[in-house]
Amino acid sequence: MSKANLLDRRAVVSELLRDRKGAFAVGGLGASTYDIAAAGDHDRNFYLWGGMGGAVMIGLGLALAQPTLPVVVITGDGEMLMGMGSLATVALQQPKNLSIIVLDNEAYGETGGQTSHTGGPADLVGVAKACGIGDSRAISTMAEVEAFASSLQDVTAGPRFASAKIDGANLERVLSSRDGTYIVNRIRGSIGHTPI
Amino acid sequence: MHARTDTAASWPEEIFSILQRFEVRQVPYVPDAGHSELIERVLGSSSMRGIALTTEEEGVALLAGAWAGGQRGVLLMQSSGVGNCINMLSLVQIFRLPFLTLVTMRGEWGEFNPWQVPMGSNTQGILELAGIKVLRASRPDEVREVVEAGAAQAYNACTPTAVLLSQRLIGAKVFTK
Repeated sequence: MSKANLLDRRAVVSELLRDRKGAFAVGGLGASTYDIAAAGDHDRNFYLWGGMGGAVMIGLGLALAQPTLPVVVITGDGEMLMGMGSLATVALQQPKNLSIIVLDNEAYGETGGQTSHTGGPADLVGVAKACGIGDSRAISTMAEVEAFASSLQDVTAGPRFASAKIDGANLERVLSSRDGTYIVNRIRGSIGHTPI
Repeated sequence: MHARTDTAASWPEEIFSILQRFEVRQVPYVPDAGHSELIERVLGSSSMRGIALTTEEEGVALLAGAWAGGQRGVLLMQSSGVGNCINMLSLVQIFRLPFLTLVTMRGEWGEFNPWQVPMGSNTQGILELAGIKVLRASRPDEVREVVEAGAAQAYNACTPTAVLLSQRLIGAKVFTK
């Protein structure tokens, strides 16, 4: 499966979160959540184990609620394809602090590696751009990942979208907490909200 | 059968006041004629943000993010939209969200369009199967207390709640050539 010149997903996510400061990180269900966990547990990690297609919208709700803090959604191509309309919704709201990056292995890795639409003609960068997210780019080098990682700290210039073609190899799962209430209440606690 | 009319419809204004009082900040919606007055009020408000969706399930996920970020929200949709939300409603239980949705009903009470009937007939059952308490308002004079009760139990007790606004209340849509 592994092809030359494709990025390593763990290296990409680790770079995105290396100097995250106060950023929230939302992971789509499946491998992107494991990648975020592999980069290190954090009280502002929003791990998803379900709700396929919802990662970008969760990021939008969080970004609108906390406009001074960066929010980065890190998801896969299959999850993004299921919630493609949310790119139009994001573009309409123009949240300056929201960044979205798709780790695109052109496959449904969690279910046996079936080819996804991005392995065919679908172009998510084109979709994001056409929806109205002006800063939409394809990423193919670690230097571009680094540039994206520093740009996501700028909460005045989003929304931004990127798609990085990554190596399709299935890596060892790094399991985060699966307790949604714990995950959400921990995020709320990190910004000073007490339980009801 | 009532015709849809905008006259003397003060209940959308009452809903708006309740949402203000409960400090609702994010109002995702897929437009419906029955919600049009409330949507206009929200879009003109300085404290609330109306967020147009491409499909209703986006609103469920949005409200999960809003809650994580410390804000309350309410999802406005039509009965047919409830079917679009089913899997995403998992988030409501998983995150124990203070979830509130106001659903304008179609497919009942003098409906003209048969295509609205299958989903309209099952809206309440689907919401209940998804673990959401269902309240209903059918007359203008009961909207305030029903929405108030729904908002109170959703936001104060984290009890996910849907308030169905009956087609009898809104008036059946009149189709003319």
